[in-house]
Amino acid sequence: MKFEIFVTLKKEVLDPQGKAVEGAIQNLGLSNISNIRQGKYFTLEVNDSNEEKATQQAEEACKKLLANLTIEEYSIKKIG
Amino acid sequence: MKASVIVFPGSNCDRDVQVALQKFQIDTTMVWHQETSLPKSDLVVLPGGFSYGDYLRCGSMASKSKVMNEVIKHAKDGGYVFGICNGFQILTETGLLPGALLRNSKLKFICKNVFIKTTNNQTAFTKKIPENKILSIPIAHNEGNYFASKEEIQSLKEYNQIVFQYCDEEGNISGESNPNGSFLNIAGISNQTKNVLGMMPHPERSIDQLLGGVDGQGIFQSLL
Repeated sequence: MKFEIFVTLKKEVLDPQGKAVEGAIQNLGLSNISNIRQGKYFTLEVNDSNEEKATQQAEEACKKLLANLTIEEYSIKKIG
Repeated sequence: MKASVIVFPGSNCDRDVQVALQKFQIDTTMVWHQETSLPKSDLVVLPGGFSYGDYLRCGSMASKSKVMNEVIKHAKDGGYVFGICNGFQILTETGLLPGALLRNSKLKFICKNVFIKTTNNQTAFTKKIPENKILSIPIAHNEGNYFASKEEIQSLKEYNQIVFQYCDEEGNISGESNPNGSFLNIAGISNQTKNVLGMMPHPERSIDQLLGGVDGQGIFQSLL
C-alpha cells in the first residue's frame, strides 16, 4: 500500500527559507503570491494489505522519524 | 573520570573533543555508533559535525542509532551526557532535551567567536565557572536557532535549565548579541536533573591559547 506524506513547519514556527523563496517570487513580479511555507514530501510503501494497519505504520514512521512534532506537523494520504 | 565519545558517520569534532578530554586527564574511549553497549563511562559526549550529512533534520538519524539506546539509558540512570553542536541537535531529537534547533534566522552558516553568559553554574558541567561569567567560545553552525513551545520555555525557566545565553562582551543579552535567532538567546540548556547538557558553541575549540582561547576549559574542569 502506497502513501504520500507531507511534513510542514507548524504555523507558529518561523520559516526563513519560505520567506526567502517568497522574496524571490516577489522579485519575479508575481505579486499576488504570498505566505510561502516550505515543507517536505515523502512517498512510501507499506507491506500490509490491511488499510488501517498500514496507515498506522505510516503514522508511526511520521511520529518517530519523518516529522519532529516539536516544530512540524504531518499529513498522510493513501495513493495506491 | 571515564568518558565515551560517540562517533557517527559525519562526526568531525570527535577527535577535537577527545584531545580536550585527555588534556584534563579524562580517560576517553571512542565508540562507533553501531555498538550495542557502552564502555563503563561517567560521561558520554556526542560530538559536533554533520552526522548522516544532516539528512532529513540535523541529528534526526543519529538519534535513532543503535548506541543511542544505551546513551538514553545512561542519561536516565543519572550519568552525564554532553552534546556539542550536532550533539545538541541529536539530544533534542532523542527527547533527552526539549525543543529543537532550526535554521539560523538569516539562513547563513555562522563560524565565529561569540560571547556567552553562564546563566546557571549549578550543573556538573559549569560548577567551577563563576555565576554569570562571560565566555568567548566559537560557534560553527547552520541550524542553531533554538526553538521550544511556550510551555517548554516556561518549564525551562521554572527548572533553571537555561545554562548559556548569547551576549555581548559586557554580558548584555540582546537581539544584537543573538547570532542565530535563538529564543531567549539560548546557547545551551540542561535537562531538569542537570546531568544532560547541550550547547551550540564549541568549548573543545577553546582549551588552549594555541587555538585562540581557553574559555572552554571551565566546562571540562567542572566535570573532574
